[in-house]
Amino acid sequence: MASHFESPLREPLINGNKTYKDITNDIVRPTTGKIQPKWLFWTSVSAAVAGLFVFCITWEVCFGIGTWGANKTVGWAWDITNFVWWIGIGHAGTLISAILLLFRQKWRTGVNRAAEAMTIFAVICAGQFPIFHMGRVWDAFFIFPYPNTRGPLWVNFTSPLLWDVFAISTYFTVSLLFWYTGLVPDFATIRDQSKTKGRWNFYNFLSFGWIGTAKHWERWESLSLILAGLSTPLVLSVHTIVSFDFATSVVPGWHTTIMPPYFVAGAIFSGFAMVLTLMLVARHVMDLKDYITLAHIESMNKVMLLTGTMVGIAYLTELFTAWYSGNMYESYAFANRAMGPYWWSYFGMMFCNLVSPQVFWFRKLRRNVAVTFAMSILINIGMWFERFVIIVTSLHRDYLPSSWVYYSPTWVEVGIFVGTIGLFMTLFLLFCRFFPAIAIAEVKSILKVSGNQYRQGQLDELKDQKVYDNVSVDSKNWD
Amino acid sequence: MSEIKKYLVGMFDDDDVLLHAVEHVRHAGYDITDVYTPFPVHGLEHKMGLEPTRIHTAGFFFGATGLTVALSMITFINKFNYPSDFGGKPNWALLAYVPITFEHTVLFAAIGMTVSFYYLCKLWPGKKPIIIDERTTDHLFAMTFELDKNKDSNYINAVSELLKKEGAIEVYQKEV
Repeated sequence: MASHFESPLREPLINGNKTYKDITNDIVRPTTGKIQPKWLFWTSVSAAVAGLFVFCITWEVCFGIGTWGANKTVGWAWDITNFVWWIGIGHAGTLISAILLLFRQKWRTGVNRAAEAMTIFAVICAGQFPIFHMGRVWDAFFIFPYPNTRGPLWVNFTSPLLWDVFAISTYFTVSLLFWYTGLVPDFATIRDQSKTKGRWNFYNFLSFGWIGTAKHWERWESLSLILAGLSTPLVLSVHTIVSFDFATSVVPGWHTTIMPPYFVAGAIFSGFAMVLTLMLVARHVMDLKDYITLAHIESMNKVMLLTGTMVGIAYLTELFTAWYSGNMYESYAFANRAMGPYWWSYFGMMFCNLVSPQVFWFRKLRRNVAVTFAMSILINIGMWFERFVIIVTSLHRDYLPSSWVYYSPTWVEVGIFVGTIGLFMTLFLLFCRFFPAIAIAEVKSILKVSGNQYRQGQLDELKDQKVYDNVSVDSKNWD
Repeated sequence: MSEIKKYLVGMFDDDDVLLHAVEHVRHAGYDITDVYTPFPVHGLEHKMGLEPTRIHTAGFFFGATGLTVALSMITFINKFNYPSDFGGKPNWALLAYVPITFEHTVLFAAIGMTVSFYYLCKLWPGKKPIIIDERTTDHLFAMTFELDKNKDSNYINAVSELLKKEGAIEVYQKEV
């Protein structure tokens, strides 16, 4: 928009000389037409893997928690590892949409929709783990404070586990509202492009009858901004509270004040990795290269470099503090992590999270799609190892050497975890097929600031004015 | 369904042109019924002279309600209904209630504001919309003028001329 000025040196975020019409067509296209056999194949595979989740969960409910490898010493094992992993992944969406909205980072518009969808699906997956860890899952509603005939016996409001219940259910609800309200105008766009009556009715139902009057847009923008403002502390609070589950305990290796910032940085790190894993594939398959440009990928890689290094500093600080404290239990917990029977997981964590993201100091590698994809997978693995290290290695050798164990998961635990990946992928593939994968209205609203043809025009104008005399920028440098 | 109304519609293909047009049309003394845009155009509501939305004020009160509900519920439960003694620790511990109180504040504010938004805009699942022009969710911008009995052909001609002068790519009348 003419009212907004951005330096012409900035890279354009929309390529291919798009017009408003092109944007509509490009993003609506994947939701139209016949269902592709390739899509059907991958959705069926994902749904079959999600079926494994249902099978393993049924098995666990029928035969009890004893079917897991978790035991008295390692009470929280794969299950809570996976819970924290998924919750961490669920942080990028709201971070991208909320914090980057407040910081006016325009590159968020290309990826926020899919990232928010991922957030919601990841939180759905995460929620399964604590619920089924309860064992007697039919009593799961006991976690809510409601008047009951047991006293009334209330929940413990001073327990971090209860804080978690509130944090995650609030996070899920607010993310869902934020995501859906953003989708409403785009559903209306798809509705107005639809050719059949059934399609029109389907998308009109989803769009709530949106028509886009000036007053509606004004309220919509106000609502989005306030929801972003609310979600920003919310997203930070959620992983802080998850870290309290550990930090407020008296277990060496968990009882550290560094936990909240370190968990939040780790969550952003793993969330961006998962966004990149999926978006790089979606970008290729759905032909969205003009909207998810190398500039987007580079920005996300910078965030990963920063947060990965922050997580790395936290690992090293923990080691230093364990040594400096002079506390025998604390020192042992960390020596055991690095050199004990689970050394491989500690090594995996250090390598994937601290060492490997350092390749992103190089611009060439930040802008290389293959390297980024490989790194995003490595980081997903590394962040899983991090949670495994924190949970299992801190527990498996407790205060009583007679109860020391080596924990390994059973097929039920592995099946549940793999199954949630299937569930996640199924939901994501359905989303890509039926929903607009990129925020149409928001991309249109940045076109005149960040479209390549407008940026080029701005550069041409400035050349005559000798403002950027000694700076040589042309559009070739952008690729 | 409301009764059928007649509109004069001016279509624009650029948001900056639209903004200037809105300003000039209002200066000339014509009342714009509504403007339809495919994306939020900044400054449009200001140029149209709409009152600023108060939805964020509502959000504050919803949040305050959430905070009050959470704190008073927890206080009632932990202090009066089921006080428990753990090693003589106080059974009203404000700091420990911060996380839940915060989450509740956010939850109430978000739900309250979203519900207010749909209520104020009169949007609900399955609503049959009155669509002036299908292209306004795609790439064009529409400025509409309601034509009632008092508006004669002189008015229509004058507004049409002005719209065309301001850069409208199409001007037509429509009954919806």
